[in-house]
Formats: sequence, structure tokens, C-alpha cells
Amino acid sequence: MNIIENIGQYILFLNRVFSKPERGRVFFAQIIKEIYKLGVNSVGIVVIISVFMGAVISLQTAYNLVNPLLPDYLVGYTTRESMILEFSSTIVGLILAGKVGSNIASEIGSMRVTEQIDALEIMGVNSASYLIFPKIIAAVFINPFLYILSVFVGIGGGLLASSFANVVSVSDFLYGVQNDFIPYYITYSLIKTLVFAFIITSIPSYYGYFVSGGALEVGKASTKAVVNSSILILLANLILTQILLK
Amino acid sequence: MIELKEVNKSFSDLKVLDDISIQFEAGKTNLIIGQSGSGKTVLLKSIIGLHEVDNGHVYYDDRDFTQMNFNERKLIRKEMGMVFQGGALFDSLSVEENVRFPLDMFSEMNEDEKIGRVKFCLDRVDIKKAHKLYPAEISGGMQKRVAIARAIALNPSYLFCDEPNSGLDPVTAILIDKLIQEITKEFNMTTIINTHDMNSVMEIGEKILFINKGVKAWEGSSEEIFDTENQSLNNFVFASNLFKKIKKEL
Repeated sequence: MNIIENIGQYILFLNRVFSKPERGRVFFAQIIKEIYKLGVNSVGIVVIISVFMGAVISLQTAYNLVNPLLPDYLVGYTTRESMILEFSSTIVGLILAGKVGSNIASEIGSMRVTEQIDALEIMGVNSASYLIFPKIIAAVFINPFLYILSVFVGIGGGLLASSFANVVSVSDFLYGVQNDFIPYYITYSLIKTLVFAFIITSIPSYYGYFVSGGALEVGKASTKAVVNSSILILLANLILTQILLK
Repeated sequence: MIELKEVNKSFSDLKVLDDISIQFEAGKTNLIIGQSGSGKTVLLKSIIGLHEVDNGHVYYDDRDFTQMNFNERKLIRKEMGMVFQGGALFDSLSVEENVRFPLDMFSEMNEDEKIGRVKFCLDRVDIKKAHKLYPAEISGGMQKRVAIARAIALNPSYLFCDEPNSGLDPVTAILIDKLIQEITKEFNMTTIINTHDMNSVMEIGEKILFINKGVKAWEGSSEEIFDTENQSLNNFVFASNLFKKIKKEL
């Protein structure tokens, strides 16, 4: 299947996904389940990555500020800006594309090859909407919280690393974190996070939903899902940055 | 009753079903038999709408399924139950939740009624102590029973079974066959079973459609199968030494 056919099939697939749910109560219960599965279960990895990213950014900044005219508080400032603008949205998005994306593609792909999706269809359930719509809603809802958590934890990691390594004082770091804050950058990154959440859930769902064959094909679909959603995240990042920061 | 009129289906240039016409009656276990690759799974999937037929008609009690739009089909699907070859139970739901699923999606029952219906269906297929277990924790035979319980939860008019006893030992396979036959009679359903198991054919084959290379090659009952002159059916039915011996003795 060529890229044009894939895009066409993806659009038709989204049309099925975004149709009215069969039962509101069941749909709501699914969303709660997915928030737990996709969001709460990702808190651990987001915290670990963010702590280390924040720590490395602050140390790299400190060791490269060799010019005595540059103030120490730039370490805190740079850590905050890096976390808010790029790391907490894009890097966490890429990590989640791997973790959540492969999980979704393999879950839905397994359901396809074991005829569970056919079973839903026979019952008269719109399987695409029932399985995938709650995942998209859940990720779009929970990922901004993961983003905010990542920003705070990353800055905290930077503070800990720079104070333990004794490269900048706590007061200087905190001054840098508060200095020249532009609230719009949060809005910009939250918009990116929402778009990435959509990509992270819809692309792997698409690859999982159209699997045919057996376990080998499910594995291949999972890999394709992660690779393509990562590429789309990077592309969306570029486009959104150009549009929103111009 | 389900009626097929001149059903045709091809994949690219390969004709898989060629002018299949037959009536499957209510309250009877109707079997579709044939060798692997003969087109019986495609036929079953065409009847239930998982494949679109190229031309021809499928009638559910005089309602033309092939002419229905998506929403009309959704309504008729609520009258269908299906038992898949592997059971197709939802991995993430317990036995009880699997049977309850169609009730949650489509019935207007209250909580007590749903609990009662789930209990009835599980009792009916003789599942006693596995309500809280997950599909991965129960045997293949039990999975098939749960799949049957889920299929009858909404009291369907039409039951479809795709090789319901494949992968089961002969004793369990016959129990599953008998269970499907009993349920068919009890609820007066139109049941269509896709199988290549000759034990099933002999035990519960009240009406049998034999497909050979996508063509309807024979139609009859399990009693008539021994007297048939159809060579391809004879080759299929009496392929094993056991059945050859039985035929000789008869």
C-alpha cells in the first residue's frame, strides 16, 4: 500500500473512530481505564526521564558558561526554557510514542488477529470507535498533566544536580528559573503536547487495527507504529514551532 | 431462517464462492462443510457481513442483508451471536464481564437483571466456578463454552459458529456440539456451523451444505450422507480409515 492509500485509509479510519459512542456510560468507563493505562502508568518513566534531562541540561550549561560576564543564574534559566520549550513536550512525546505507541499497536493488533475485533463488529459495536476513541480522549486529557509534571521534575532534577555538583548556588538557580518568564511558551508547548497525544494514540491504533496475519505481523505493525509516530511528532514539532513562535 | 440466493465472491481474479443458494432453517443445526480452502469460512463471513458479496443476496427472515446500509445492519447484528474458532473472548475482561458485555452495550436491563442473565447463560453452558477468571486462565473447552454463553446473552435469533470444536479433545468436542444443538432447539435459533469435523457432521448435522472449490456440491442431512453418489463428498467424508470401515459395515 502506497503512502497516498495509507493516508486515505487513515482518514476513513478516523471517520469511524470519531463517531457517536454506543453507550455513554460504557464510553466514560473506557476513558477512565485508558487514562490509568496510558497516563498514570507512564508517570514513572516521565519522572525518570525528566529528572535526568533536567540534571544534564543544568550541568552542561554550567560547564559551558566559561565567560565570567555571564551570570550563574543562566543555568536555572536555561534549564527552565529547555524543559518548557522542547524537552518536556517533544522528548517526552517521543518516549511515549515508544512506550504507549507500541503498547496500543500490539494490543489492538492482537485483538485483530485473535478475531476479538470481528467479535465486536458482529455484535453491532463500532469497534474502531469503542476501542480507539477513548484512547485518544484519554491521552489528550492526561498528557498535558504529564507535560507539567515533567517540567517541574526536570527543573527539580536540574536544581539537585547543579547544587550537588556545586556549579551554581540554589538561590542563583531559583532566580534563573523565575527570571524573564514568558507564559506563552507554556501555551505553545501545551498545544504541541495535545497534537503529539493525538499522534501517539491514533497512528499506532491505525497500524494495529489493520494488521492481518499473526504474531509476526503484530510485531511489525508495532515497530511501524513507533517509527511513523516518532517521525510525525518531529514533523509536527517543526510545523507548530514555525506557526506558533513566528 | 437464513436464505442465500446466488451468492458470489471473488478476491481479485480468484473466484471463491460461485452461485451459492440454500436455505438454513430455524431450530436446526445447519452445517457448512468442506475441505480447507474450499470457501466455507468466506461463505460464513459473507453471510454475517464481514465480507461483502460481489453479487447475490443473503436474507435474514426475508430481510435482505446485502441491501442494508451500515445502521440497518447494526440493528440486525443485535440479533446475531457468533462463536469464533478461537473463542475470541476479550482478554482484558473476566469470564463474567465477557458475557455481560453485550448486555452493557445493547440491553435496557437493570443491574439485577444483567446479573441474573449472566448467571443464566453461564449456568446454561455449565460454567460454575470460573466467573471471575480471565480467558487466559481457563481451558480451551471452557473458553468455547464462555463464547457460547456470550453469543446467547442477548437471546439471538441467529447463531454462527466457526469451527467451534477445533483444537478440542473428542469428548469435549462432542459436548460442545451437543450444547450448540440443545441451545438451537431451546431458543429456536437459526444456527450455522462451519466445520470439517466428521464427528460433528454425524452427531448434529441436521442440514448439511458441502462446498467444493467454492461451489455448492451437495445438500442434505447426516443420514443421507452415507448414500450419496457425490464423489467429492465421498472423498471428503470417508477420507479416514475409520469412516471407510463404518461405511463398509453399513
